[in-house]
Amino acid sequence: MTSNVLAGTVRRGREYLPLLVTSVLLVSMFGVGSAQYDGFLSGQVLLNLLIDNAFLLVVAVGMTFVVLAGGIDLSVGAMVALSTMISAWLVEQHGWPPVLVIPLVLAVGTGAGFAMGWVIHSFEIQPFIVTLAGMFLARGLCYTISIDSISITDPTYTAFAQTRIPLPGDLFVSPSVLIAVGVLAVAFVVLHHTRLGRNVYALGGSEQSALLMGLPVGRTKIAVYAISGFCSALGGVLLTFYMLSGYGSHAVGLELDAIAAVVIGGTLLTGGSGYLLGTVLGVLVLGLIQTLISFQGTLSSWWTRIVIGGLLLVFILLQRLIAGRRKA
Amino acid sequence: MTKHRLFWPAVVLAALLLANLAFTPDFLAVRIKDGHLYGSLVDILHFGAPLILVALGMTLVIATGGIDLSVGSTVAIAGALACLHISEAADPASPGAVFGAVAIALGVALVLGVANGMLVARAGVQPIIATLILMVAGRGVAQLVTDGQIITVTSDPYKLIGGGYWLAVPFAVLLAGAVVLLTSLLTRRTALGLLLESVGGNPVASRLVGIRATGLIGLVYAFSALCAAVAGLMISSNVSSADGNNAGLWIELDAILAVVVGGTSLTGGRFSLGGTVIGALIIQTLSTTVYTIGIPPETTLVFKAFVVIAVCLIQSPAFRAKAARRRSPVKHPPRPQPLKPEEAEA
Repeated sequence: MTSNVLAGTVRRGREYLPLLVTSVLLVSMFGVGSAQYDGFLSGQVLLNLLIDNAFLLVVAVGMTFVVLAGGIDLSVGAMVALSTMISAWLVEQHGWPPVLVIPLVLAVGTGAGFAMGWVIHSFEIQPFIVTLAGMFLARGLCYTISIDSISITDPTYTAFAQTRIPLPGDLFVSPSVLIAVGVLAVAFVVLHHTRLGRNVYALGGSEQSALLMGLPVGRTKIAVYAISGFCSALGGVLLTFYMLSGYGSHAVGLELDAIAAVVIGGTLLTGGSGYLLGTVLGVLVLGLIQTLISFQGTLSSWWTRIVIGGLLLVFILLQRLIAGRRKA
Repeated sequence: MTKHRLFWPAVVLAALLLANLAFTPDFLAVRIKDGHLYGSLVDILHFGAPLILVALGMTLVIATGGIDLSVGSTVAIAGALACLHISEAADPASPGAVFGAVAIALGVALVLGVANGMLVARAGVQPIIATLILMVAGRGVAQLVTDGQIITVTSDPYKLIGGGYWLAVPFAVLLAGAVVLLTSLLTRRTALGLLLESVGGNPVASRLVGIRATGLIGLVYAFSALCAAVAGLMISSNVSSADGNNAGLWIELDAILAVVVGGTSLTGGRFSLGGTVIGALIIQTLSTTVYTIGIPPETTLVFKAFVVIAVCLIQSPAFRAKAARRRSPVKHPPRPQPLKPEEAEA
């Protein structure tokens, strides 16, 4: 009995290991940064991390749902770009009010995610290939709208971009950060405290078992892609605030950053195991890599990609080690 | 005849080529100018050669039930390394410099491919994820090699690989053709193809009958990387420059599409090299068509999306079952006829 409890605790601990590694990594990166560069260790640098990566955080939250359910969504970067494009096109060239445009963009994203989930579920096609088609389609539609960047001068958007919400101690955040944190809170409740969340974990753990248990596998599968679609559209709206432009080449490769954040956050790519908090840490690690490289000044931006790739490798091997041991 | 695997892909290719006649009357004309073959068909083969090579490697990877997302980055790295070596050589036009460049590019690609294979076969990482790492990091490496710039080279022997002609035919076409021929001989005249299909079809069963999957999987990823490297050499040679940012961008997606269009199932277990070549030519023709008709080239992506969706739906047994049920609820597939007595005896 005692040994069972002990074994359970050890297993739990092993599950938390990637999360622990990521936290240690984050703290030590901060340590290195503040030891080497003046002005690195300030609250605002930390908050800028959130301001610059609010859209990535929202997209990665959606990706976490999909990966936990055992799927993958390659269309998120293109959906973000399409959202910026539709927003800029309607607001600037057709004079639509933002109050109308933003809900429309969110509906388009959710609808696209729903459609992809439906195709994946009802025709049993691999998610990888369906979302790849979604990515082609969304990027293609961007360029069909316009091949050039459309800049936004609408007062609502610029107001949103320039607003600074003051925090105690001369610190500030942007409204996007509040939205991202709100999304995170809602997602946390849904994932860890509702039936849908439990179904997502069950589906990722074993689709066969979930079916046999009588869980609504199809509905859950479609739901996670719809959630990811909504999150990427919302991420696109936040990016529109950040960039103040719509462009078909915005957010190229964002799907990879989102997947990397999820993996570095300790979520198993085979599904069924992981935490939303881990994804937040993952996004912060990616953001911090960029901040460190920009503080360094002499390193070029392509080092970011190489370091992210190297981190991905380390964490995937770490996951294999843990998953392999669990099987044995 | 309609039952043949290559029938429908070939029909699509023929239809695409014929459709072009409506817009460009001399589309199918091939003539000789300055001792070289000229014409749209030659162009399609010429510009399609790198895609054919990348798709060829991808086909074998997919046959084992895997996928290789890193080929685009490998294309960029190979081109960057080769151009860097040539631009730093004392005499860029000397055959020695060019051979050195080719050797470096192929050698590095081999290492990258083996690394992919090890991750998949030894560490047991999902192929999408294992090759995603190199896809992310590889472009960074290519930019590092070129220092973020575009390296231009002027070297006639290097120009031959992707932009030159031999016996009036573009050298790239001959090279791609030779690799295709060699690969199909190796996979279809030896047991290699069978073993690959076995590993992709049922990994457990093939392990039980004693097939060493680890070596085979390592082999296909290495082959895929080598094919991508040759494609990278062709692309950089054709434009006499290496661009770490844009060389081979999206080519992994085109290659996967070519493989799927050619009738190879993404779940592994069977493959068709001929189908892949036709698939790659369809994609290249599609791009050429969009370009010649005057549609903005950016919208090619929308067309490709619809092609991917259509092809996958047709391949999906679930979709076919649903479509068949909707069309005629009582129709059943023809029952196998019992053998006639004389045939049964024979």
